Amino acid sequence: MLLYFVMTLSSHSKTIEVCSDCEVRSIKQAVDLADSGDTIMIQEGRYQESNIILKVPRVVLIGKGKVIIDANKENQAIIVFRAPNVVIKNIVIKNVPFSSTEELAAINILYSSRYTIENVVIDSTFFGILIEQSDSGVIRGCTISSGSSIDVYEATIGNGIHLWKSNYALIENNDITNMRDGIYFEFVSNSVIRGNYSYGNKRYGLHFMFSNDDVYENNRFEGNGAGVAVMFSKNISMHSNVFSNNWGMNSYGLLLKEIYDSEIKHNVFVHNTTAIHIEGSTRIIYEENDLIENGWAVNFIGGSYDNFFYHNNFMGNTFDVAYFGRVNNNRFEENYWNKYTGYDLDRDGFGDVPYRPVDLFTYMVNEIPETIVLLRSFFVQILNFAEQVVPVLTPADIYDPKPLMQKWKWSDS
Amino acid sequence: MLKIIGYVIKDLLRNRWTLFYFLFYLLVGFAILIFSGDFSKSMVSFLQIILILTPLIGTLFGVMYYYNSRDFIELLLAQPIRRRDVFIGQWLGVSISLGTSLVLGLGIPFLWYFAQYEVAGDQFVLLLLLGFALGTIFTGLSMAVSVSTDNKIRGFGYALVLWLLMAVVYDGFLLLALIAFRDYPLEKFALIATMFNPIDLARITILLKLDISALMGYTGAVFREFLGSTLGMITASFVLMLWVLLPFALITFIAKKRDF
Repeated sequence: MLLYFVMTLSSHSKTIEVCSDCEVRSIKQAVDLADSGDTIMIQEGRYQESNIILKVPRVVLIGKGKVIIDANKENQAIIVFRAPNVVIKNIVIKNVPFSSTEELAAINILYSSRYTIENVVIDSTFFGILIEQSDSGVIRGCTISSGSSIDVYEATIGNGIHLWKSNYALIENNDITNMRDGIYFEFVSNSVIRGNYSYGNKRYGLHFMFSNDDVYENNRFEGNGAGVAVMFSKNISMHSNVFSNNWGMNSYGLLLKEIYDSEIKHNVFVHNTTAIHIEGSTRIIYEENDLIENGWAVNFIGGSYDNFFYHNNFMGNTFDVAYFGRVNNNRFEENYWNKYTGYDLDRDGFGDVPYRPVDLFTYMVNEIPETIVLLRSFFVQILNFAEQVVPVLTPADIYDPKPLMQKWKWSDS
Repeated sequence: MLKIIGYVIKDLLRNRWTLFYFLFYLLVGFAILIFSGDFSKSMVSFLQIILILTPLIGTLFGVMYYYNSRDFIELLLAQPIRRRDVFIGQWLGVSISLGTSLVLGLGIPFLWYFAQYEVAGDQFVLLLLLGFALGTIFTGLSMAVSVSTDNKIRGFGYALVLWLLMAVVYDGFLLLALIAFRDYPLEKFALIATMFNPIDLARITILLKLDISALMGYTGAVFREFLGSTLGMITASFVLMLWVLLPFALITFIAKKRDF
């Protein structure tokens, strides 16, 4: 009985080797020969192939040594179609062409769940990895770049990792640069994005649309055209990420639009034009984040309710908080503000007078954008000081009743 | 005139005023660079010094030096020298020595910093140039004020008011105007308005060079488009030149008219 099982297993799964002087010389040929459960071992070399379509499940496509698949600007490189449990590992893919009608990707996975893509290097491509209607996949340790410089027009480059209607994904430890969006999620729920480095992308480092119950943690988003955007989603946890140097006219560290019931914790925002831009977002908890040397640390645009800032450190920002509209029960409590000049007579660690983070100049710039020409003017500094002492114009309800005297030390976890 | 300039500079060196300002700037320069840590932050601190302190020092010193050397000026006026040369010589002498203290006083700490870290030097050079220009303009304006009156207190008062107008009150009026006409597109107006005040002109020019300009949104873009273009640069330099020429014309005019 046992012998029978062993025999069926061994007879059913074979290894197909591909090399320039093997029996099988092209990957396409190997894919056509492969049955369910087979391993395709590609030997070192350069393979000028495109449109490799994998249709059988449980196939492992693995490169041995430096395997380069050069699509020669003809078509997509690898397509997995209705084939679950496919593994693609250790290969380099190059030269996937631009198309204005199709989303051509280096690896395109369609209707194929439980895929694994590991250690794939993608260079000069239109889209990087495109996943459609395929659940429970893993993308790990990949390096993706469009190969073109950042100056190209946004529409001529695609997204690095693009998931559409694919739940339960794990995106881990990838490096993505020079794409349109580093990582793009649309209708992707219950997924984890962890330890990725997304930098120098033309638009967003990470872009969420209609994707609920996702977690992203320990990622670095650096120098992206517009930072990170999380839109129209619920229950997102953002933990321990670094958002830095997203600097430019229309750049944000983190842009929140129509986000509900989410948590933002232990993130570091350094040197962004706007660190957190909040628009129509409700019931979000911001806890133990460091906001350092940003233009605007927090920018409320309106329609946001019940946002709660607790134990954050605001340091060296040009404007701490800009605020449009009504207070709507948005609260700041026990944050550290390095601009706070109050005192602590009873030595309980909290300043005795509340801190008002919206200063007069911030208020004016919000109301009349042209007044920004007076940035760093001596007169404005005098006005700000006067307003701090006796607030007249600035929203009196936006304040931190218990500003911390010392920088807050993050708790563990 | 050159002789007079030379004499003034020598005089200022001898009574140690130049040295004093040099040491002051040196101290401030090192302090800012050491304590602020981040270079772009120190640039902002330097900007404040250039915009507020340099004109103020120029103003005070222009008046003070003029009244202190009244006797010498009267002696010179008795000689067969053109009146214009006497006063312009005084002005340039004071400006050059003050400007040199500024450039050396802030330049040495910067060079020391530059040797250690890779930072953009062109912004700093621009800063020093603008500081030099602002110092010269305000020394000239204050001298023009003091040439026009013999009353020391009044001279000091007028000169200080002039500084206050330029450094503080002007921005207040600009702000009021921006608020009053908020329903209109104001970028061009703001652009022109800053041209009429050398301190604002210097401030905007530097801010646009710093990466802080990304904060300035659409208005900043309008400014950058103008000041970044050749025409804009020429216009800005031209306006600044006009600002230097204004005290020149004023001093010449007042000196010619006045009975000493």
